[in-house]
Amino acid sequence: MTNENNIKNALLSAQNISVTLGNRLILNDVSISVGAGDLKVLIGPSGAGKSTFLQCINQLIPTDSGSIYLEGERINMANNASLCHLRQNVGMIFQDFNLFDHLTAVENISLALRKVRNLSKEDANDRARKELNRVGLANRAGLYPAQLSGGQKQRVAIARALAMDPKVLLLDEPTSALDPELVGEVLAVINDLAAHGMPMIMATHQMDFVRSLATEVLFMESGSIIEQDKPHVLLASTSKSRTLDFCSKLNNLRQVAEHSPEITCTANSNT
Amino acid sequence: MDFFDITFLTQEVIPHLNDGILDSLALIIPAILIGGSFGILMGIVRVFAKKPLKIIADGFVAVIRGVPLTIQLMILYFGLPYIRIYLSPYTAALLAFIFCTGAYQSEYIRGALLSIKQGQIKAGQALGMTKSQIIWSIIVPQAIRRAIPGCGNEIIYLIKYSSLAYIVTHIELTGEAKIIASRTFRPTEVYLVAGCYYLFLITIATWLLSKLEQKLSIPGFSKANS
Amino acid sequence: MQTIITILENMPYILMGSFITLYLVIGALFIGFIIGLPLAIGQVYGSRITRLAISLYVWFFRGVPILLLLFLFYFGIFNLISINLDVATVSCIVLGLASSAYQSQIFRGSIQSIPYGQLKAGRALGMTDSQSIRSIILPQALRLSIPGWSNEYSILLKDSALCFALGAPDIMARTHFVASRTYEYLPLYITAAFLYFLITLAGVRLLRYLERRFAIAGYTLSA
Repeated sequence: MTNENNIKNALLSAQNISVTLGNRLILNDVSISVGAGDLKVLIGPSGAGKSTFLQCINQLIPTDSGSIYLEGERINMANNASLCHLRQNVGMIFQDFNLFDHLTAVENISLALRKVRNLSKEDANDRARKELNRVGLANRAGLYPAQLSGGQKQRVAIARALAMDPKVLLLDEPTSALDPELVGEVLAVINDLAAHGMPMIMATHQMDFVRSLATEVLFMESGSIIEQDKPHVLLASTSKSRTLDFCSKLNNLRQVAEHSPEITCTANSNT
Repeated sequence: MDFFDITFLTQEVIPHLNDGILDSLALIIPAILIGGSFGILMGIVRVFAKKPLKIIADGFVAVIRGVPLTIQLMILYFGLPYIRIYLSPYTAALLAFIFCTGAYQSEYIRGALLSIKQGQIKAGQALGMTKSQIIWSIIVPQAIRRAIPGCGNEIIYLIKYSSLAYIVTHIELTGEAKIIASRTFRPTEVYLVAGCYYLFLITIATWLLSKLEQKLSIPGFSKANS
Repeated sequence: MQTIITILENMPYILMGSFITLYLVIGALFIGFIIGLPLAIGQVYGSRITRLAISLYVWFFRGVPILLLLFLFYFGIFNLISINLDVATVSCIVLGLASSAYQSQIFRGSIQSIPYGQLKAGRALGMTDSQSIRSIILPQALRLSIPGWSNEYSILLKDSALCFALGAPDIMARTHFVASRTYEYLPLYITAAFLYFLITLAGVRLLRYLERRFAIAGYTLSA
């Protein structure tokens, strides 16, 4: 497939994105495209630029060069309306949830429905409750973020993104701020989304998840994409990929962590 | 004449002070409402507006906060006629109180706005909200809750500093007390009773403010990185 | 031009007022400290009755406007008990009493921010509570109080301008006197505003220097 076809057929495509901060090159000419049913995973050490890359895709961080295409249409990044259009169609899940602290779970979800989609209060609340139900939190609708566990917060955040009917979902290490015992409930929701064919780009180090569900793995280091292939290719035990090397180190760390609890937190924050 | 005898208080002091407290309230309430709105506006301008406007607002607040309220009152009442602007004592006092409370309130509003985490803004952006939607439905509601304790304190200060209207010859509670004290030659009693009036006002205001704070409180919110 | 000459001619006279202003502010800060610190200690460590009495004192002096307090003490109480003091001293005492109420709250906040473990550690070493308070709690708490204290300085400086209502010959009163004689109201008030601004700035700088001078590594209130 040529590059142009790639852009035209993809739901969402980011091409040749570069970002510099001061003198440092944070992202160096990186590209990604997602089509129907894709689940692309970004892997790499911290500081590799995964989070920056994800936030460039919906333009939360402005890019120095490169372009974003939504369903083949190039986004005019200087135009606010066009940026809002992009973001409405691209859902985002943050590492630290970013729920609105002054609103209840259901209000967190209905706010954008009312303001951006111009739904009536009743319609927005109905929709919000449906989404909460979908992530298994129907009985937590009236609670404030401070009254929810980390896993519940992240599920509300996912419901909030889904309520906007996004064409693509971006997930920035959605489980890495969670206590180990809460990771499962969030992954179950994401699993469910993948099973329903929601196109996603996700930064994660949950390797079992990556192995079984990712359609493509992109390994990033120092702002560049170094390797890019199907997970069974990159993670095959015979492969000499950087990805495999990195993941085996990750596994070692995790095994150590399981034996000595005091390392758990460092292992988590690094993954 | 006994110290604090009832007839003196009920006949000579309290009726006049009752008039005085109404005059004080006629200054305090508009000053809270207009000054408060002015403060919120200034706070928003100082955080979100473009450079030149921001610098003007910052400079205005710095000057108001750096100069004694007494001088501000003198400038408005005795000074402005120098450039042919004539204000009544009431207008001069009200204007000074609005500027003063607005400037101090804007400090709390500004601090509260700046304390809102970047992630809250990003989450709004990620949902496709416009800048003004994010400001009005995410940042401002959170900031107001953070700012209420500080702004409430300013309201208490305003009630006390309303007594400075006396300096520009506007007669309110303090002025009324001064008049009675000079006429009756019993200053200690008169000023003590007037003091009680202020304590009453302030206690009521404190109570109302804590009610408001309770009403707007959200679980875990005020504690969260405040 | 005439205006500038008038201002310059009267400058020495107005500037003499800054001595009175500084006397008011420094005196009030001092009185406020002498009374406010024991009040704070009493409010944290005292018995219930002590605490109640202190909070009544604080409630009164924080609730009644300074101008009214000035009138009350100058025309009322000091006359009643036949103490004859000059206007500036009365003003200084009244500002100091009001400031003591505010300062006690500053000190109370910083005393309460010192972890209880510090007092326990003192007890564990066999010190009495009053020894621990003096040599462990207060040295820490007073350092933490400097920012609040420098704030109190600029508040007092501005409040001191009120004393002209009694006739204390400070910057404000002298400016007003010159203005009412020369009719150069606006330029003179702006000059006075500028003077207050400068004195505030100088004092805040000095206190910030003190804060750095007595700083202990890693020791701030923001924690």
